[in-house]
Amino acid sequence: MNAPPPPRSRVWTCVSQVPVSAWIGIVILAFWVVLAVIPSLLAGHREADVLTNESFAAPGVAGLLGGDYLGRDLLSRLVYAARRTLGLAVLITVLAFAAGVFFGFLVAASRRWIGLLLNSINDVLLAFPSLILALIVIAALGTSLPVLILTVAMIEATRVFRVARALGMDIVAMDFVEAARARGEGAWWIMLREVLPNAIPPLAAEFGVRFTYSILFISALGFLGLGVQPPDADWGVMVRENLQGLLFGSIAPLVPAAAIASVTIAVNLLVDAQLRRTTSDVAYGLA
Amino acid sequence: MVSLILRRVLVSVAVLWLVTILVFSGTEILPGDVAEAVLGQNATEESLAAVRQRLGLDRPALVRYVEWLRHASTGNLGVSLASGRPVSEMMEERIGNTLRLAIFAALIAVPIALTIGMLGALRAGRMLDRSLSTMTLCFMSVPEYFVAAVLVLIFAVRLRWLPVTATPHADESSLQSLAGLVLPVTTLTVVLLAHMARMTRAAILNVMSSPYVENATLKGMTRARVIVRHALPNALPPILNVVALNLAYLVSGVIVVETVFNYPGLGSLMVSAVATHDLPLVQACALDFCIAYVFLNLAADVMSILANPRLRYPK
Repeated sequence: MNAPPPPRSRVWTCVSQVPVSAWIGIVILAFWVVLAVIPSLLAGHREADVLTNESFAAPGVAGLLGGDYLGRDLLSRLVYAARRTLGLAVLITVLAFAAGVFFGFLVAASRRWIGLLLNSINDVLLAFPSLILALIVIAALGTSLPVLILTVAMIEATRVFRVARALGMDIVAMDFVEAARARGEGAWWIMLREVLPNAIPPLAAEFGVRFTYSILFISALGFLGLGVQPPDADWGVMVRENLQGLLFGSIAPLVPAAAIASVTIAVNLLVDAQLRRTTSDVAYGLA
Repeated sequence: MVSLILRRVLVSVAVLWLVTILVFSGTEILPGDVAEAVLGQNATEESLAAVRQRLGLDRPALVRYVEWLRHASTGNLGVSLASGRPVSEMMEERIGNTLRLAIFAALIAVPIALTIGMLGALRAGRMLDRSLSTMTLCFMSVPEYFVAAVLVLIFAVRLRWLPVTATPHADESSLQSLAGLVLPVTTLTVVLLAHMARMTRAAILNVMSSPYVENATLKGMTRARVIVRHALPNALPPILNVVALNLAYLVSGVIVVETVFNYPGLGSLMVSAVATHDLPLVQACALDFCIAYVFLNLAADVMSILANPRLRYPK
């Protein structure tokens, strides 16, 4: 008789099932998060320090990656911009989720006129291309950090709302919610204790997707000159201010653009792994 | 079916009407009006009042909205605050450029994306599918200006095959202005292609999991034949939907790409209008982009109604 296999902890089984692609995503993401929290690990200078008069100085003259168009250390600026880009994106995504999930579940749970109203408002907002909607608001209110955060968060919230409403409506129709209602639980209890826990896995994937969209969105606005304003810089602003360097063969604009790409690819690898785990039979079962 | 399509068209018209209200009020109700934007910091009360009267800003918003809408419907979109030229004239110069960019990108991206999506579905889970899938995921995550910068660095700066900017000059031959289009079109194509290919793959695999496909497979048909004869006709409505939805992405993609290459299109016009608070120009550009967007979404829905036999011949 064979001996039973040695018992393994649940955590280990979970960890060993994580695909390689997801590990790559986790490592890249951890790298940027650590840098954003402790910039001094790589940043040798302050953001605004001008080290040389030369534009696009070679590596070594001004820091490991060379200088930017004003002769500032590109690497130091990249690291501080990481903090700004990631911080803004997290804040925006959290705001968008708080609003989107709250109203989405509310509409799913109640069939009153407020639901109908929110639905129609959301549908109209979805009829706008998101970048155009942001440009209209910025044209009127000007470029400031609160305007940037609230505008992008509102636009992202309309997308979250749609997902949350659909999820909520599916879950509210389940028997255990009816049982909770029959017990006499209130709307708050049902939303927080019955609906939310069951919506967490798909919402987690959606959070990743919205996070990458937020990064791409604020970077695009920064790149167009309508987001974060110089001398502050996020990654999009850094691409914009160094774009002319391309003509001299400098890689200065590529570095921040690659940083954006690395974070969005990393998060998408994680989201992909999560979706594959939950919907594997649909995508791969038949092959 | 006709009534279904008619209802969908009516919804689009209603949405467009709401869009005009939002575009108008978005630039109207918010603090600071056009007069303050025109005069800037050193405005006195008298000069503000004079400009408000000249621009008709002293009348109620509702009256101005109706008038704006009436003028807009006849092609009169007002006068640019920054340049003093009629907005419609400024847009006319550029709309052709933007359309050329978008149409080229669409013509190249659609067939390639459908092929990649189908190949992925055909070899689902195998090596080819995995590598295609990872590639499209990466391209999808990358911002347009990264693709643009890499292309410029390689093909314009290092190899010197193509021009850096895409500003067409009157004295250039058509071949030269076409060369200027290559990099912007390629940039748009790459990003567009990735989304479209992934959604096509998902749409086909979705159909592949249905019972009649399983039946066809059990009859002993080859996988290629199952896909072409059984899956594809039924996957057509979702795929058409995917194509139209992704073409709607061009609306925002075009804005970034035009700015990178300094391309004189509607997108770069709108960006500079936003930066200078040129509200009539912003309104007009936003309206044009929204019309294109709503129309493409409508096209997506109408095509899926037309391609679905159950909706084409209702019981």
